[in-house]
Amino acid sequence: MADRSAQLIACHECDLLQRDIQLNPGCYASCPRCGAVLYRNATDSADRTLAYTLAAAMVFIGANVFPIFSIEVQGDRSAITLFEAVLSLWDQEMRSISLLVFLTAMLAPALELVSITYLLLPLKLGKVPPSYPLFMRILQFIEPWGMVEVLMLGVLVSLVKLTNNFRVIPGMALWSFAVLTLLLAAAAASFNARDIWAQLDARWKEQVPR
Amino acid sequence: MTADAPIAAARGLCSCHVCQLVSRRTRGTGKAHCPRCGARLHFRKPGSVQRCWALVIASYILYIPANVLVMMETGSLITYRKDTIVSGVVHLWKTGSWMIAVIVFIASVAIPLLKLFSLTLLLISVQRRSTWNPRQRTRLYRLVEAVGRWSMLDIYVVTLLAALVQLGTMATVKAGPAAVAFGAVVVLTMFATMEFDPRLIWDPLQKEEFHD
Repeated sequence: MADRSAQLIACHECDLLQRDIQLNPGCYASCPRCGAVLYRNATDSADRTLAYTLAAAMVFIGANVFPIFSIEVQGDRSAITLFEAVLSLWDQEMRSISLLVFLTAMLAPALELVSITYLLLPLKLGKVPPSYPLFMRILQFIEPWGMVEVLMLGVLVSLVKLTNNFRVIPGMALWSFAVLTLLLAAAAASFNARDIWAQLDARWKEQVPR
Repeated sequence: MTADAPIAAARGLCSCHVCQLVSRRTRGTGKAHCPRCGARLHFRKPGSVQRCWALVIASYILYIPANVLVMMETGSLITYRKDTIVSGVVHLWKTGSWMIAVIVFIASVAIPLLKLFSLTLLLISVQRRSTWNPRQRTRLYRLVEAVGRWSMLDIYVVTLLAALVQLGTMATVKAGPAAVAFGAVVVLTMFATMEFDPRLIWDPLQKEEFHD
């Protein structure tokens, strides 16, 4: 029975029961009733996701260490990094906003990058990361809350608003965020949870013979 | 697709909300857990409609202070202004930043309203067990899910400006109380979208009712 139900898919949007089929690379399967995307077969899914994630992790550090931009008024210069912005809002008694920005723009993307690396790097080396179901759950839970691409747009909007009144000097983090947005989008596009579950389970069964 | 399409819940099969594994579960029995990942199994998200309504109503209420109160205070040597979300957009438009005005309008005004009205429509149609155009309604849900996060735009803009422009008497930007209310609207509507179970849109096509 376990084998039989393993081939079954219930659409997560309309609960239509279907059997999965082998997909060609780059294709996706959609539900015939509601049109939801059921699963994709991204080319080299695990490898590419890992590569993009490791690259994104490095850029992420740069995006948080360097200032986003600075403004200059009559010799007075003021620059901020993202974390300084969060701290500044905290000091201005806007704690909930400060916390929200910290969670969505820093903690969630960081957790996402760490979880993917924790899952995929051992898998690539032929090992099973301990308690991988927990990390898959974290990943699924955190995914909607990482908003780097929205932050990127926010940075651009602020930039335009600032140029009306100040001389604005773009910082390293501005470029880092632009690259990070692209890398995260690429990682998300090649990530295939279904495939990774299958790979992790297969390895797990090899390691623990019943 | 007709009414006798194979529905997982009707056959006692349940797909895990974490790992999507389909497993058998006898209806009416107590707690069941996914054999693969250990998550609780539910045929449908429990209390989906009630929880979603609660979050949507809370968002409607907070939407009022978010729009009435001050979002951002901008002060310099010559000017001082207090902007709500809408007056901020109007100011951007008048000062010639049309592109930015349109972007901010979409993110801060259009998307939150679209989310609230869409979720209300979906909730009412589900409660009335409507069979009207389920495919289109599922699409609407997917749209709400996809665009919801972009409302955070204004929160980021206010944060960056308020943190950066602190030049004493020369120029200061302060975040106003509307930012807190608006942030809450964004978070609550995101939770509401997550609580809503799109499978409920399709259930009225069946004779049986599924819970939990």
